[in-house]
Amino acid sequence: MEFFWYVVLMGILAVYLVLDGYDFGAGIIHLFFADTEKDKKAITNAIGPFWDANEVWLIAAGGVLFFAFPTLYASSFSGFYLPLIMILWLLIFRAIGLEMRGQVHNHMWESIWDKAFGIASLLLALFFGIALGNIVRGVNLGMVQNGVSTQEAHYFFLPLWNPTFSPQANELGIIDWFTLFLGIVSVVALTIHGANWIIYKTNSALNPKLKKVVFALNIVLLILVCISLQVWHFIEPKPFHNFVENPILWFFPILTFVGILGLFKVRSFKKDGHGFLFSTLFLVGGFASTAVSIFPNVLPSTNKVNPSLTIYNTAAHEYGLNAGLSWFFIALFLVIIYFIIQYRVFSGKMDDIGYGEH
Amino acid sequence: MEEMLFYDRMQFAFTITFHYLFPQLTMGLSLIIVYFKWKYLKTKDEQYNHATHFWMKIFALNFAMGVVTGIPMEFQFGTNWAKFSELTGGIIGQTLAMEGMFSFFLESSFLGIFLFGEKLLGHKWHFVTGLLIMIGSWASGFLIIATHSWMQNPVGYEILENGKFVLNNFQALFLNPWLWPSYLHNQAASLVTSSFVVAGIGAFYILSKKNVSFGKLFLKTGVIFGLISSIFVAVPTGDLLAKNVVKYQPVTFAGMEGIFHTEKKGSEIVLIGQPDVKDKKLDNKIAVPNILSFLTYGNWNQEIKGLDQFEEDLHPTNISGLYYAYHIMVGLGTVFIGLMVFSLFQLIRGKLFETKWLLWSLMFMMPFPYIANTTGWYTAELGRQPWLVYNLLRTASGASPTVSSGNTLFTLLGFIGLYLLLGMLFLLLVGKIINKGPHNVELSTEKI
Repeated sequence: MEFFWYVVLMGILAVYLVLDGYDFGAGIIHLFFADTEKDKKAITNAIGPFWDANEVWLIAAGGVLFFAFPTLYASSFSGFYLPLIMILWLLIFRAIGLEMRGQVHNHMWESIWDKAFGIASLLLALFFGIALGNIVRGVNLGMVQNGVSTQEAHYFFLPLWNPTFSPQANELGIIDWFTLFLGIVSVVALTIHGANWIIYKTNSALNPKLKKVVFALNIVLLILVCISLQVWHFIEPKPFHNFVENPILWFFPILTFVGILGLFKVRSFKKDGHGFLFSTLFLVGGFASTAVSIFPNVLPSTNKVNPSLTIYNTAAHEYGLNAGLSWFFIALFLVIIYFIIQYRVFSGKMDDIGYGEH
Repeated sequence: MEEMLFYDRMQFAFTITFHYLFPQLTMGLSLIIVYFKWKYLKTKDEQYNHATHFWMKIFALNFAMGVVTGIPMEFQFGTNWAKFSELTGGIIGQTLAMEGMFSFFLESSFLGIFLFGEKLLGHKWHFVTGLLIMIGSWASGFLIIATHSWMQNPVGYEILENGKFVLNNFQALFLNPWLWPSYLHNQAASLVTSSFVVAGIGAFYILSKKNVSFGKLFLKTGVIFGLISSIFVAVPTGDLLAKNVVKYQPVTFAGMEGIFHTEKKGSEIVLIGQPDVKDKKLDNKIAVPNILSFLTYGNWNQEIKGLDQFEEDLHPTNISGLYYAYHIMVGLGTVFIGLMVFSLFQLIRGKLFETKWLLWSLMFMMPFPYIANTTGWYTAELGRQPWLVYNLLRTASGASPTVSSGNTLFTLLGFIGLYLLLGMLFLLLVGKIINKGPHNVELSTEKI
């Protein structure tokens, strides 16, 4: 039963990554590549009707984590206190940036909210990558000092950084060179993903330029992914043990590479949606491969005193997990229906919806 | 430790108080919007459709504010109340997860369609999407209050040796005797807020001689919904809820009513007075003898337990705050009923739109249902103290063990600054919509 809810949780997070990921990417494109008012409008039209529903997947993930793995929820949310609250603030800035700009027709007003939207999106992409890095690297559970736990075995607290920025230091921080590296991977990958979404959903004049951006960034991404395979060994001595034991799991890394290699053909795709499809493959494959590489851990311990948090030692009691099944499938069924309706209503190109204009 | 707990509590109180300014309007308003759309379908009178569009705009703005301030609430259980989340997550996580899956997806998927899809869907389906949004928001309220009710009156659980609460009866969460009176009371109170806002904007339009025909429609609708909901808040729901408090949390009841000493021959009801907790008495008291016993038990001489019957460490932590919150809520509730009864009387006599002082009163009454809703929630939350889970888990044992007070103060200050900005933007935009008026509201529907 723990495994079932783990798959559900990872599934919801993957959907969140794919959906809100394109919003963040679109925000980054908006910040760096949208020069004209028309470009900016095209971008807000392409994500306007969706971002709110996309964000709900994060809330759903939070809810499932809370109820199925309460110990993990409690431990990680309090331990990563500062970055999580900052993510909340950034999500608020992203939302108001997007919604405010069209409310008043004034150049200064618009440029303030454009920046708020763009910078918040960039930082969100960076922070989510850093968050993933922290989970892979692990934390000092129980806050062990000199071989003795100073807190209960599953609690910890991390400052934003430590002076050495090293993932192997005794005093860890949220931001070190390893987590920052994953943050950058996340920014690059989501920028590509966002560009693909804009190409898919609009006929804007920006699209030819975006195809070039995708191609160039894809080269960067491929290099980063190759480096990350080397870097991974620093953090996790046996990153592939799960794949070796269950060769079927190689499916996920293969997915990642299919996605990234497919994107090199971005300039000759017949349909505008294909690029988005490939970046989705990359994101899902990369995310799943990462999860598999540390499974069944969900938050590794960096000390030898306290055990890592796993899906088994953080899960709620059996009765509650079973009771959750009674409503989960009904809810999932409904969610899929809403999703289909929503994407039907707003299918095709969205250049003319005039999102947020008043 | 004390300081840490203080900031944790302040941050939750501040963020939830600000957050709930928005859902309390949207839950009730969704019903009124559905009513306007339904009237339009029946009468084909364009005015009703304009009214629908106008209130949808206000709704959408409030809804967005509710969403962005709502996500921090779900996160804060883990960030600031980790111990509480760890121990009870298997139970309250259940209802919170259901809220996300059942309500938020429904609302967020259909709000965009409701706002942008009228032409595309036709009026009947537009009405249906409105109804779905209403169901979503009311379901959300239900699941939150199911969570709240479990904290007030825990049911369907057992406690393991390691102190964890585990669920052993899923249905019990929804059959909790605390749940239904609280839910209906809260939804009626939400409808009070939205009725007063609708009536108040109506009065504003009439007084300022702008959009007068809409002013009359809003005022009439607001008064009718307002009267029904104001009464329903008090009887039966408020009454049932108070009886629950007497039954399950007698010490809370004593604190709310300001009863320091047990009166053997029946308790008086305190209308006004300032509690002096140290000397256990009320200053400047105005009270009516024996009424409280009658209201509570239907018996003029029934004894009601005072605070002196309970150990001090079981007393509500902030007795004065609890007492004031409760009295402000009840006092305002009484004023609402009086005002709405008289307004309906004038409406029937055909004089409502000409009674200037009444229009002014209705307009200036707009903020007060917000105050009543907020103090109502303060009554519930302060009344539960010093417990997080009533009688089982103390608030002091629920906070995150590793987050220092300096970090919490940092984020509290950040939230205050950010919400101040949000509040100003909200007022600016809502003012713009009201100023533009219902005639000029154009939804982006034509463009799609």
